[in-house]
Amino acid sequence: MSRAVRFVPLALLLLFLAFVAWRLTVPSDTTIRSKLEGKPVPAFALPPAIAGRATFGSADLATGQPRIVNFFASWCVPCIAEAPVLRDLKAKGVRIDGIAVRDRPEDVAEFLKENGDPYQRIGSDTQSSVQMTLGSSGVPESFVVDGRGIIRYQHVGPIMPQDLDRVLAELEKAK
Amino acid sequence: MKRLFAALILLASPAWADSNLPPAQWADRQLPDPKQEAEAKALMEQLRCLVCQGQSIADSDADLAGDMRNMVRTRIASGQHPAEVRRWLIERYGNWVSYKPPVEPATWPLWAAPLILLLGGAWLARARLKRGKP
Repeated sequence: MSRAVRFVPLALLLLFLAFVAWRLTVPSDTTIRSKLEGKPVPAFALPPAIAGRATFGSADLATGQPRIVNFFASWCVPCIAEAPVLRDLKAKGVRIDGIAVRDRPEDVAEFLKENGDPYQRIGSDTQSSVQMTLGSSGVPESFVVDGRGIIRYQHVGPIMPQDLDRVLAELEKAK
Repeated sequence: MKRLFAALILLASPAWADSNLPPAQWADRQLPDPKQEAEAKALMEQLRCLVCQGQSIADSDADLAGDMRNMVRTRIASGQHPAEVRRWLIERYGNWVSYKPPVEPATWPLWAAPLILLLGGAWLARARLKRGKP
């Protein structure tokens, strides 16, 4: 066995350790992104989340103007942090539709009373089925849908003030 | 104050709360037809939970995993083939959502690895066996 070959196991070990050290310092991204970006919104219909409030379905999204579809829930704490940013977006003229995930009408009403109501229409998704239909994996999550009903951008997690520019840029692109 | 509290909670990932709604009808209930239930169960064990990543939806207690089990059982009960349900989810979440990797260019090393290792082992053993001969 030649001298160089003897060091192969050691080299392999060092390579392995380097890989471990790299993954420990740069953990892999565990965000699950929807594969539907760039594709039309799959068909869905939603019952209203609150009696008397308008709801919507996939067919109501192609309105000629880009809009945001926002998954939220009264039991979702980050949604409280997101609420002021959604109000900002609404004040800037952005049309937002809400989907209340696994929620009860009275809880949704209470949540909107406390945190403001940025939504044009609100649907109720009690079995997360529309959430799965859109490839979303949690609340809050937002989708930018263009005027032809095509998903242009997905934002995972709450839209925080620092994300506002990105979301507005995506809305602009979707025009 | 409330906003500060909410911001602090954001830092603690386990605090992303659960909903108040009871589990969906077929989340924790077996299908009446044992054959369909067996198909659904086998599929659920191969689908990854989107919340507690690393668990299958059969093992996870997350609300969304319950809703996914409900979806799987409902679709199987309505006559869909398990492969169709898996494809539906892969279209939305990518191959990541399935524990059964597809055979495609990106995954060929995965499928070829056992064969390559076996051949490598045979080659090593052959060298050694030859040497052992008198």
